[in-house]
Amino acid sequence: MTTVFDIHGGIHPPEEKSLSNPGEVLDAGIPPTLVLPLSQHIGKPPTLEVAIGDRVKGGQLLAAAEGLVSVPLHAPTSGVITAIEPRPVPHPSGLENLCVELRCDGEDDWLELEGFENWQSEAPETLVASVRAAGIAGMGGAGFPTAVKLLAPQRAPMHTLIINGTECEPYITADDTLMQVQAADIVLGAEILAHILGVERILLAVEDNKPAALTAMQAAAADAGRVCEVMTFPTKYPSGGEKQLIEILTGKQVPTGGLPADLGIVCQNPGTAVAVKNAICEGRPLTDRIVTVTGRALARPGNYRTRLGTPIDHLLGVAGFEPKNNRRLIHGGPMMGFALESADVPVIKTTNCILVPTEQELPTPPPAQACIRCGLCAEACPASLLPQQLYWYARARDQEQLERHHLADCIECGACSWVCPSHIPLVQYYRAAKGMMADSRAEKIRSDRSRGRFEARQERLEQEAAAREAQRAARRAAAQQKAAQGGADDPVAAAIARAKAKKEAAAEESGES
Amino acid sequence: MSFLRITSPHGHGPLTTAQVMQTVLLATLPGVVVLTWFFGPGTLINILFGGAVALACEYASLWLRDREPAPYLSDYSVLVTSTLLCIALPPYAPWWLVTTGILASVILGKHVFGGLGYNPFNPAMVGYVVLLISFPLQMSTWQAPRGLGEVPGLGDSVTALLTPGAYDGVTMATPLDLLRQNKGLLLDDLYAQAPQMVQWAGIGWEWVNIEFQAGGVWVIYGGVFTWHAPVGMLVMLGLCAAAGFDSGSSESGGSPLFHWLSGATMFGAFFIITDPVSGATSNRGRLLFGALVGLLLYLIRVHGNYPDALAFAVLILNFAAPFIDQYTQPVTYGHRPQREDEE
Repeated sequence: MTTVFDIHGGIHPPEEKSLSNPGEVLDAGIPPTLVLPLSQHIGKPPTLEVAIGDRVKGGQLLAAAEGLVSVPLHAPTSGVITAIEPRPVPHPSGLENLCVELRCDGEDDWLELEGFENWQSEAPETLVASVRAAGIAGMGGAGFPTAVKLLAPQRAPMHTLIINGTECEPYITADDTLMQVQAADIVLGAEILAHILGVERILLAVEDNKPAALTAMQAAAADAGRVCEVMTFPTKYPSGGEKQLIEILTGKQVPTGGLPADLGIVCQNPGTAVAVKNAICEGRPLTDRIVTVTGRALARPGNYRTRLGTPIDHLLGVAGFEPKNNRRLIHGGPMMGFALESADVPVIKTTNCILVPTEQELPTPPPAQACIRCGLCAEACPASLLPQQLYWYARARDQEQLERHHLADCIECGACSWVCPSHIPLVQYYRAAKGMMADSRAEKIRSDRSRGRFEARQERLEQEAAAREAQRAARRAAAQQKAAQGGADDPVAAAIARAKAKKEAAAEESGES
Repeated sequence: MSFLRITSPHGHGPLTTAQVMQTVLLATLPGVVVLTWFFGPGTLINILFGGAVALACEYASLWLRDREPAPYLSDYSVLVTSTLLCIALPPYAPWWLVTTGILASVILGKHVFGGLGYNPFNPAMVGYVVLLISFPLQMSTWQAPRGLGEVPGLGDSVTALLTPGAYDGVTMATPLDLLRQNKGLLLDDLYAQAPQMVQWAGIGWEWVNIEFQAGGVWVIYGGVFTWHAPVGMLVMLGLCAAAGFDSGSSESGGSPLFHWLSGATMFGAFFIITDPVSGATSNRGRLLFGALVGLLLYLIRVHGNYPDALAFAVLILNFAAPFIDQYTQPVTYGHRPQREDEE
């Protein structure tokens, strides 16, 4: 076994993984309607390819990618398009987004799909195009278009692919389950990704609290066509953060403001690897995913294979939601997930978990007390920040100090808030401060731009004035020259004579009448 | 239905501020027990009386500041302040001395700055220094330890507190006083002549220090605060003492062991300079903060006008803490200078 490295900080919250019974996949079924937001990823929303009333088959394109950083959308089952309108989507601020409503006919009639027989002999560009056409966005949570990540070798050669099966968030077992039941597909997906990226090394990273997944992955790696190293490391939150995982596996840190690609490394989620395998080997677009539906407010928590667009309401019904003693509905895990106001939003490509805890399980936090600067947050911070200082400066809106204390390197993992004995919602302060600083930067760009515009205008006006002045001077010089040439031709005297004559003429006219 | 919308994280660790404070209070217990054994129940009476005064003072301050008292009173912070001050006070102190100290600690040390978390100085040490400067006589009178004088009982202790002057105890110079006043004796002779001096340091004091250290180590082991400040202070104090020991002449500053086990050394190292609010905040900063306290402590003890100097050393370094913080920021992830061999 290769050596692994430790990261600074980290915490050990209760794992609660067994609650959702990892390793067994349940079926969430076909709901009566699916609601498919056009934008389920980072980047531009795709453009619509269907209209209300259209009958579509499973796998049919609903919206096509618009520009490079964009992802298309496909129908997860057959049915009729019944609405295209803004609907609430899973978003921390409860935003709405343009959605396609698909009334399912229950037939689940799919298009004929066709994959590559022999992907090894295909050029990486061809395979990237297929990944792009399959609508794949990172399924770990951020939802970055996978095809864009696969273009990294265009800038610099890559040497390592990491399949991030850490899943360090408590409660979530979607990747754990996937690794147990589809280990071979994950490894095959990883091989395809490695072929596209041209990397030598494939690392399959599994935290040591998932022994079944680890065994399955080791077996699959042994059967693989090329060398895949399965690496395991002690359980600690947030080991699964991309930057943290890279340090654990390689001992190197992604430079601030940089990407893993700067180190020649590309990270992908196991779910993404399977989606890539489906896209390349079967031509199947991404239309479903495993969602961990968990929490003690459910009668049947578990890992549900769920069609994208399935209303969370439906999913909660399938899992036996008992609203008694529950106040929160969380999209994602307990550490980094965001609370939803309503269950009337759909499952999207990045929905790895729906958590409905009871009040006993995750109590509503008490009011925050004063910060006593105990420094437990600094002990827990995986980025080696000083959260207690950042909190102070965030409250003071001291942007200079926030920058000096590297607020931008905060990954918002929540470890500091978790340990804070005074229950201060630290991450909330950092998000607000980041927003404030982004606003200031935008404001600065705007003001720089308008200053530039003002200065350009000022310069142009001056140039115009100078040009007019020059013209006038030229005319004056010309007139004076003319006057000097023929004395009678003094323009001023001529004008006075003209005015006099006009006046006399007017006086005569009035005298006559 | 509408769900509650709050930001992540949604879970929380088990530790609360009240528990942090309770842990610190509990950790003073071994030291207080040994103090009581050697010097009688005076310290215990101080703590109980001072605690009651402190709670009343905290309540009144909160009322004046228009704050809801319950959440603040239940965080135990004022009891930590009062207990630490009362441990530092001489046993059998009169009630007005304790009360003045508590008022200075809680009001001057804490509430005028905005309450818990906003105080730039260690509140207990603010109270202590106010008393030390205002009432030097009362503050430098210390009961003789068990074995060298009669240790008062409970009744005498209460009398001493409530009717100052009515109680006449046996007082004696502490080992630190002795060392400072010693001008003509070799250290070995001083040890031989003064009954207060025993093998390592002074009768009673060595055990008091060992027990406060034990309590402090227990708190560090429990993860409530880190080892950096205590280690920084003790190492620096030891280094200074070793440098100034000169193998025990009449000018000697005392051995490292003597300094470690005398006066308020361990109490200060584990319970006073670990106050997170007024200390440096990063681990490197705490190490430096502790080391500087250790340096000042030695300099004032040996070359200054006061036998012990913890309160002054701490207050002076409290001034410096924000400055130390500016220069001891840890290296953030991704800010490590890239080595050449790294790709």
